[in-house]
Amino acid sequence: MTNIKYLLRIMVVISAVVLAFAWVHIARLAAETQTVQNPVANQGHEQVIKITVKRFDYTPNKIRLKKGVAVTLVFTSLDRTHGFNCPGLGVRTDIVPGKSNTLRIVPQKAGRYEFSCDVFCGDGHEDMSGEIIVED
Amino acid sequence: MDKGIDRRDFLKLIGIGGALIVMDTGRLAGAADNKMAQDTLSFIQLSDTHWGFNDPKINPDFAGTLRKAIAQINSMKSQPDFIIFSGDVTHTTDDPKERRRRMGEAREIIGGLRLKNVKMMPGEHDAGLDNGEAFQEYFGTTHYTFQQKDVNFIVVDNASDSTSSIGDTQLQWLSAEMEKLDKDSRIVVFTHRPLFELYPQWDWWTRDGAKAIDILMPYKNVVVFYGHIHQEHHHMTGHIAHHAARGMLFPLPAPGSVPKRVQIPWDNDQPYKGVGYRSAVPKKDAYGYDLTEFPIIKV
Repeated sequence: MTNIKYLLRIMVVISAVVLAFAWVHIARLAAETQTVQNPVANQGHEQVIKITVKRFDYTPNKIRLKKGVAVTLVFTSLDRTHGFNCPGLGVRTDIVPGKSNTLRIVPQKAGRYEFSCDVFCGDGHEDMSGEIIVED
Repeated sequence: MDKGIDRRDFLKLIGIGGALIVMDTGRLAGAADNKMAQDTLSFIQLSDTHWGFNDPKINPDFAGTLRKAIAQINSMKSQPDFIIFSGDVTHTTDDPKERRRRMGEAREIIGGLRLKNVKMMPGEHDAGLDNGEAFQEYFGTTHYTFQQKDVNFIVVDNASDSTSSIGDTQLQWLSAEMEKLDKDSRIVVFTHRPLFELYPQWDWWTRDGAKAIDILMPYKNVVVFYGHIHQEHHHMTGHIAHHAARGMLFPLPAPGSVPKRVQIPWDNDQPYKGVGYRSAVPKKDAYGYDLTEFPIIKV
């Protein structure tokens, strides 16, 4: 009888360890999948979009927003200073490596808005661009 | 040596490249020659030669186009007062050694001009990666003034600063130079980028260009000549005219006409289409300039 109790205790402990390991692994996989499929995360109540910048592209370079919904763009440069200029939405910022570069937008009108780098960064600078699509 | 060409010679030079085009370019050359023969000032603007660019799909004659333009200008009977290269003399490179090699070659080729009164200024391809350091070594200062006949010229550098800016120091200098002039002086400003917001989505603007325009605005007779956009374009900000020149190597699309500002590929049926240079002569008894656009002629 004592042996059975002892065996049961061991089985419970092993099950708990296996479950804990599985939970951690699944949670990590879920987080990775969310980052790859959708760069949009929520911080509090406001949308945050992380944009990685390097010569000569933005990742992502197509950004979908909702009209009237506030969003914060957070830029990280992997190499040198770049710019983000979106005249149609009336916003621009320098993107400096090692610094926090953010822009808050509340798009007021549906449409497609081009953006580009406006800090000359080399042969390919002219191709460094993207688009914000604001939907109703 | 100084034989030059008149209208008839120019037509012969052009050869067999399509009767209508031949007649038109011949007329232009003749008209420009006549204007430049007068006592009034004249100058030639070349822009965006991009020496070092070597994509044959865009311009298979990347090594010969500038030389052809220089040969054409040298053959003009009436030489202008000066010739200006309004930026992007070289195509950009990350390698400082290669940048200097390109500048050295460009300087040598430009040295083949018969007229030695040649003015240079940088574009972002020349100067945007090193704040104009190499450009200054090869071509001198990037902003300056000069006078020819009764016209005051001001070269403004809006390309060495990689942020498409003139900068406060240079704006103060511009303001001080303008204060030396009468309000009705004839003034020409050369820039590489447009001072006004032509199409900022494609970086076709100067971030603090409005401040420069404010400085120019009190003067009645100011005209701005610029390059950068590789196409002829004319725009007014108040009474100030802004004239963009064609590039010397490849054309770019009209502002906002296509999703991306890609170079327009070479057309075998119309070689050198959209590239060339221009002459400018002040209008008589009126503000502004008569412009004559010259194509590159295949020889």
